[in-house]
Amino acid sequence: MNKFWKNGDPFVWLTGVALMFSLLMIAGLIGLIMVKGLGFFWPTGVTEFELSNGTKVMGEVTAREQIKGISGKSDTEEAKYRTQLKIGNRDLYGLDFRWIDDDQIVAQSGPKYAVVMERREWGNFYGFIKEITEDGNATCQGNEECWSKLEEDIPVYAGIFDEIRKIEKGDIGGINREIENYRLKIRGVELKGGDASQIKQYEEKIALEEEKYKAKEKELEVLYQEFTKEKIIITSIDGREKEMALGNVVLAFRPNAMSWLQKAGLYVQRAWGFVSEEPREANTEGGVFPAIFGTIMMVLLMSIVVLPFGVLAALYLSEYAKQGTMVRIVRICVNNLAGVPSIVFGVFAVGFFIYGIGASIDSFFFAESLPNPTFGTGGILWASLTLALLTVPVVIVATEEGLAAVSQEIRHGSLALGATKFETTWKIVIPSAMPAILTGLILAIARATGEVAPLMITGVVKLAPQLPVDGYFPYVHLERKFMHLGFHIYDVGFQSPNVEAAKPMVFTTALLLILIVIALNLTAIVIRNRLKKKYTTSAV
Amino acid sequence: MEVGIKLGTQNVEQIRANEMEQKIEKNIEDTTNIEDKTPPYAKFKVPNPVVEINDLNLYYGTKQALKNIYMDIPKNKATAFIGPSGCGKSTLLRCFNRLNDLVDGAKVEGELLIDGEDIYDPSIDITELRKRVGMVFQKSNPFPKSIYENVAYGARISGENKKSVLDEIVEKSLKGAALWNEVCDRLDESALGMSGGQMQRLCIARAIAVEPEVLLMDEPCSALDPIATGKIEDLITQLKESYTIVIVTHNMQQASRVSDFTAFMYLGEMIEYDTTETIFLNPNKKQTEDYVSGKFG
Repeated sequence: MNKFWKNGDPFVWLTGVALMFSLLMIAGLIGLIMVKGLGFFWPTGVTEFELSNGTKVMGEVTAREQIKGISGKSDTEEAKYRTQLKIGNRDLYGLDFRWIDDDQIVAQSGPKYAVVMERREWGNFYGFIKEITEDGNATCQGNEECWSKLEEDIPVYAGIFDEIRKIEKGDIGGINREIENYRLKIRGVELKGGDASQIKQYEEKIALEEEKYKAKEKELEVLYQEFTKEKIIITSIDGREKEMALGNVVLAFRPNAMSWLQKAGLYVQRAWGFVSEEPREANTEGGVFPAIFGTIMMVLLMSIVVLPFGVLAALYLSEYAKQGTMVRIVRICVNNLAGVPSIVFGVFAVGFFIYGIGASIDSFFFAESLPNPTFGTGGILWASLTLALLTVPVVIVATEEGLAAVSQEIRHGSLALGATKFETTWKIVIPSAMPAILTGLILAIARATGEVAPLMITGVVKLAPQLPVDGYFPYVHLERKFMHLGFHIYDVGFQSPNVEAAKPMVFTTALLLILIVIALNLTAIVIRNRLKKKYTTSAV
Repeated sequence: MEVGIKLGTQNVEQIRANEMEQKIEKNIEDTTNIEDKTPPYAKFKVPNPVVEINDLNLYYGTKQALKNIYMDIPKNKATAFIGPSGCGKSTLLRCFNRLNDLVDGAKVEGELLIDGEDIYDPSIDITELRKRVGMVFQKSNPFPKSIYENVAYGARISGENKKSVLDEIVEKSLKGAALWNEVCDRLDESALGMSGGQMQRLCIARAIAVEPEVLLMDEPCSALDPIATGKIEDLITQLKESYTIVIVTHNMQQASRVSDFTAFMYLGEMIEYDTTETIFLNPNKKQTEDYVSGKFG
């Protein structure tokens, strides 16, 4: 027995079990998110239930569970179940979901012509097509006939919708920007003491822009008329009719009549829509493109700041500073900085970056738009800088380790050839330490991408009207607020008016966030391995 | 007995103290009358000296690592430093290119002239000096770059960036280090993929690429197998036709094979310096004889 303990077998088992436990937890987490997240886009069939009170309901089955508190009463009683149905049609019913007890159900079927429509407002509709009208005259009637027309029309209206958005956001947005610019210039001239002729000049220009605006408005009016020209009349399962503009339909499909291949196609289409579109309906529907964009841009900005900053600091600490008590204290402080809760960095950033530096920038460069803050409020720049501050210790520590690993012989070899210390550091030491530096960056990116708390107070918003990058000078707008996947998860899952409908979005967004972290890390790892191959021994 | 030992140690201490006093006096004399200083032993005369060392002392903090070294190194010959570990031969070698400056608390006194120029003069540009005095280290230390870039490194930091010139330098140096035939078709590969012997020859090529006057070698073969060692020794024999070579070695056979002159050092002092033949066959000092015949060390 003593020998059994002595030779360490139980310990080996313990280590194995510990590792397996960790792996299981990770696999479980990823598995859950994958299943829930990826299943979201799959078009599940629409089921019709006939209830014992004579009414009918129709929708997607989303969950099934045992009714608690009934089965436990006596042993004779059987366990009872209930089914959750997504019935949609929020404009008719007010509720998206409904629980149905199994013993209420009389009959169950999957009607072939049942249509699911994703709409620009009011969420999904489950029902049947009655007719499509144009200027009040029916152009088609019945499920079969209208379906083909609907399929043809949807892309046309999507085109019109895009055009409307382009005019509203692009052209009119541009005109507004110009007007705002001139207004600010007028204000600037006024602040300086005022040159009436100049002000007049600007006012004329504003008038000119307003002319343009009116022209665009007319254009829009025409488009809107076209957009609402055709109406679709749909009936729900309980016979209620609803008329709405055909343009309102984003996507329509008949899941019960679809083949497996068609479903797969739709799956890809919906998944692509999710990553490429803007959110609708208070983020509970539509895509998350602005959040993806914001997350990646913020991380890239952070990397651009944190890499040189951290590497330079580490270089000074380990190459130039005289090693002693002071340097040791600095090192301890840097290490401890890595453990400071992120929200503390957020609060610091609000005080220092936003109200300190941002407000100063405003008063020097954007005085004319005050009291509206430009940089004196949260924005992607400040959020990135906050994260850079948060992750700089990681980069410093990793870089220092990398520098320490560069052998003294190699440095002496360079010095003995007549290189100065600077040349040696720049041409030999830093390239040799590059894999370690990039490891630091990878850790920093992984930490920054998942961080939410400090961002909530430094520039992330629920819905950002504009991306931080667009086609208008100066193209990159660092002062703008932005959307972020991590915050999106929180917002959709816990701040949404329609939590039940948004639940799948939480999983999909979480999956996307994990994928982005993995993608960013993989990129850095590939670069690091390339460098490693170049800079380290392959065979001796 | 105990008393005797105590007396003995006291005596030794006293003798040491006296010696110190004498030394201090001597130093004072040195500083007051540099022209007049005389070596404590007859300086061995070599033909055509390129390096002259006069009364070199080196201290690591308070510990003295080199004591009153006087020696001349002849041009285009191989000079070997032998001696047991810790005798200061590597330290002396590193005085030639002032690599000892990198050690905290190292202090050098005395003069070390290369081509008549005192390299410890404050006006000396150390990087220029190191271009004139190349060095090959005990452990081969190729840079984590391609073979080509390793050899071209010295020229690049001297400001040479023309591809044609660099190509020429790389080819000439690799040929000079008898490595060209082995690597000419993989110059862009990492130097770290070479064998140990190749790496060391690459380091030699890298050192001669900047065309130094003096080439220092600090136990260049101690980490190599006999075949690789043989190649490097052949190389040294060739190189000494165009360079002045100073080699530190633990291997006495090696010293006798490659060098023309040999210095035996012990505890930071230069015990004997003469032609290699004399040192190995007919040494003047008992200590030298004991060391080369393997009685100690």
